[in-house]
Amino acid sequence: MSAPGERAGSGAVRLVWVYPDLLSTYGDRGNLLVLERRARLRGIGAEPVLVNSDQPVPRDGDIYLLGGGEDLPQVLAARRLRADGGLADAAGRGAVVFAVCAGYQLLGHEFGGADGEPTAGLGILDIRSGRGERRAVGEIVADVDPALGVPTLTGFENHQGVTRLGPDARPLARVSRGIGNGDGAEGAYAGRVLGTYLHGPALVRNPGLADLLLGWAAGPMRPLPAAQEELTLTLRRERLAAVAP
Amino acid sequence: MNKLPLRARLATSVGGAASKVSRLAGRGDGSVIGGVIGLRLEPGLLAMLAQGKRIVLVTGTNGKTTTTRLVTAALAPLGEHIASNAFGANMEAGMASALGQAPEATIAVLECDESFIPPVLEATRARALVLLNLSRDQMDRAAEIWLLARRWRDAIAAAPGCHVVANADDPLIAWAAADAAHVTWVAAGQRWHDDSWCCPRCGSHLRRRGDEWRCGECSFARPPVRWALSGRDVTEPAGRIRPLDLALPGRANQSNAVVALAVAEVFGVDAAHAVRGMRDVASVAGRYTTVQRRGVAIRLLLAKNPAGWLEALDVLRPAPVPVMLAVNAQTPDGRDTSWLWDVDYRRLRGRQVFVGGERRTDLAVRLETDDVSFEIVSGIDEAVDRLRHGRLEVIGNYTAFQQIRTVLGRAA
Repeated sequence: MSAPGERAGSGAVRLVWVYPDLLSTYGDRGNLLVLERRARLRGIGAEPVLVNSDQPVPRDGDIYLLGGGEDLPQVLAARRLRADGGLADAAGRGAVVFAVCAGYQLLGHEFGGADGEPTAGLGILDIRSGRGERRAVGEIVADVDPALGVPTLTGFENHQGVTRLGPDARPLARVSRGIGNGDGAEGAYAGRVLGTYLHGPALVRNPGLADLLLGWAAGPMRPLPAAQEELTLTLRRERLAAVAP
Repeated sequence: MNKLPLRARLATSVGGAASKVSRLAGRGDGSVIGGVIGLRLEPGLLAMLAQGKRIVLVTGTNGKTTTTRLVTAALAPLGEHIASNAFGANMEAGMASALGQAPEATIAVLECDESFIPPVLEATRARALVLLNLSRDQMDRAAEIWLLARRWRDAIAAAPGCHVVANADDPLIAWAAADAAHVTWVAAGQRWHDDSWCCPRCGSHLRRRGDEWRCGECSFARPPVRWALSGRDVTEPAGRIRPLDLALPGRANQSNAVVALAVAEVFGVDAAHAVRGMRDVASVAGRYTTVQRRGVAIRLLLAKNPAGWLEALDVLRPAPVPVMLAVNAQTPDGRDTSWLWDVDYRRLRGRQVFVGGERRTDLAVRLETDDVSFEIVSGIDEAVDRLRHGRLEVIGNYTAFQQIRTVLGRAA
């Protein structure tokens, strides 16, 4: 693990985990570990970089990860990321950004703060979030935008957010079970910036999504040997079967 | 008991009868059902039952049941009758049952679920409140921990007669108890730091150096402690070092014991007497018990959340003793298994590891990612049959642990 600013061997994918001290409530490390594993199984180096909220966000990362967080840390993270500017710069030059739950909301123009008040986000993604009437808690299943070529998403959602997309963002998926954004859509993406409400963690249960991000950062990903995928595919089958109607 | 109004007496006796029926029917240990029925008949039952008793409430994410047991043992030298919900039934019904079943008790040591502290503190007018730690736990149904701490602050402010015994090593606990009228700070340790990187008061980054922590912006800092765990010994307020010599394993339990000594001090029991009773506590509601099963000596550990898993992994007997991990995701466990990814399992590399429980596939994927080799088993007996002799250490989360206890027999 290297400090921000250092560069590993040139072939390595730099995975920047943004603010694990604020945005890591529920297994968010899993998304980082899965990207690392799937890159390495293909002989691609992966270099995780953990950036706490009192450190500058490096601008030369390949994939930026943001996790979930409670209300107060979410507000703090948005404030510090706005002041820092590194994440917006990186997204602006085409880096991959993958954000979950609170991290997803704060990529947008605004989100609901600690008492539901509108709070300014980063404006990296054309979405607006507020607080819904009821908390969405449970297994979620959603069919991904065919343009992305990723199999059905399975995950666990736990949030009270309602998210609406502007014209510059596309829904990541259509919900077939669960709540997601609150209007039948789940998540959003634009270019290489992608957000979702899914925990599970999302990239653990959805290796296709992990490979999409890796592909954006490092070119087409060849399939992994079946033995390396077997357990993950079993997990997907189990989770999808558990909520099948 | 006679001082209770008729309605409360009725509620208590009907509830007590239900407890007996529940036990006879083999439906449970009877520690909750009596209280449920009693509270339905008389909502103010808890307050009435608590009247005239000196109450200790024990709360926190981890260590409640064990600490409740240790505090009860530490107060034994008083020679008074002590009521306690010793089996972890920690909601209002469980507390009411414990009090109703011991009408002659003059002291009660009650484990209390984190979210019930405000109403229970008010209803029982507790003499002492023990705050152990706060960390992420079953987030699909539990409140965010910062909100919990804020509610505790308000409840403590409204209970100036209550003496708070609080863990100074957990910043969120320190914040919850900071304005208490009477507080004893204990260095009870914090194994899990991932929920306290930020100042609970102002949100800035906390700086840590050794045991100390302090906010980089506001003045909030670790309070000076009166009791501390140092190695396997306790440092008493006067500076005297005393060995704990607990039968219970692990650093977390040694910390719980130091907390219990601080409670004993509030009740005027000196540490020399208090520690003796605690040394006899060898298992708590099935935890830490060793059970023989077809030639294998199985020891059971319970861990319900990432902080608890870290502590349980610390307690494991060293390699090459095999380990079984069992995970479920029923409602009491939390239905989201994402937390598995907050725990670092790499220290299990090179050991024989069995994976069980209803969510064993989730666990297997997690271990695969940490390069820990494992064998998937359908249940505890499959692991036992593969081993045939020697020891087996088992860590399970809540319902997985209970299922294994059921297989092994209630003796466990």
